[in-house]
Amino acid sequence: MIRLQMRSAPSTSKASHSAESPVASQRTGEQADRLVIAGRELHSRLLLGTGGFSSLELMAAAIAASGSELVTVALRRLPVGGSGSGGGAEGSPAALIELLADAGVLLLPNTAGCHTARDAVLTAKLARDAFQTDWIKLEVIGDEDTLLPDAPELLRAAEELVADGFTVLPYTTDDPVLARRLQDVGCAAVMPLGSPIGSGMGIRNPYNLALIREAVHVPVVLDAGIGTASDAALAMELGCDAVMAASAIARAQDPVRMARAMRAAVEAGRLAHGAGRIPRRHYASASTPQEGRAEFFD
Amino acid sequence: MILLNGQPSELSPGESVARVLARLDLARDARGVAVAVDGEIVPRAHWESFTLPADARVEVLTAMQGG
Repeated sequence: MIRLQMRSAPSTSKASHSAESPVASQRTGEQADRLVIAGRELHSRLLLGTGGFSSLELMAAAIAASGSELVTVALRRLPVGGSGSGGGAEGSPAALIELLADAGVLLLPNTAGCHTARDAVLTAKLARDAFQTDWIKLEVIGDEDTLLPDAPELLRAAEELVADGFTVLPYTTDDPVLARRLQDVGCAAVMPLGSPIGSGMGIRNPYNLALIREAVHVPVVLDAGIGTASDAALAMELGCDAVMAASAIARAQDPVRMARAMRAAVEAGRLAHGAGRIPRRHYASASTPQEGRAEFFD
Repeated sequence: MILLNGQPSELSPGESVARVLARLDLARDARGVAVAVDGEIVPRAHWESFTLPADARVEVLTAMQGG
């Protein structure tokens, strides 16, 4: 009884876990369960987008709360002269780079906004020169309203970039066949959508995601469509190796709290996936033994 | 007329990319900066030596939050 009251007493083991996640504070068999992309080991299975935050300070706080080690960044025209000057809430480019360096995260440049393989390949090369990394989140958009990928252009760009030595992580549809084709041309991971970018509609076709997980051996990173924590947990339960969250965190009313929620959800989903859920069944299955029931009346 | 990020500029043919960046107050070792001229990348190793042709289309890109 006295011991119960001592739960909050400081202990060395608790101190050593203080930097760890809220969920997996007692790691046992999962210790070796690390995400590896292109030979790079990552402790966090949550990737973070840096777009949409109202300030750099908020972005930094969300990155810290998320525990993410891999964050996306984009390339855009430097505002020059007259009308185009001023980055508004986005802050200066130098400040962004400095802040991300301070956060100690790896950068994953994207090719957001590219509509052709040609544009995407050039943007990837520019990103490599700008950020000194050959990792690229390849996006080739085929439709302005849905921002869905243009599959033939995506595959072409992926092939070209792999040949040029890039580590390619393509944003793709939830099509298992396309995912396999992207793997076959040498992509380091595939990033299928759950639903359109920024839509917050979650995972519209969980069966396809499960099929993609079976179809490829490279990591599967759910990208786009996440609305809240349960979407991220579902993705992980379906076997995804990681989740990328951008708008869901940046545009939440409290981005830092949502970053913590996503972190916990990704870990919970991963644990549940490994733990093996019970099968679904139509009828009840008593969890208290039937044997030994009292018989009070005739 | 040389276009800089889509806008008419005062840049002259023969100017190096390094000079263009200096005009924009960007350091030579600036991280998060990349340059393309006429649809081709000018890698930072060539910023000093590459000079702008007449009627060049220059794109100077920088890090931006996104994705």
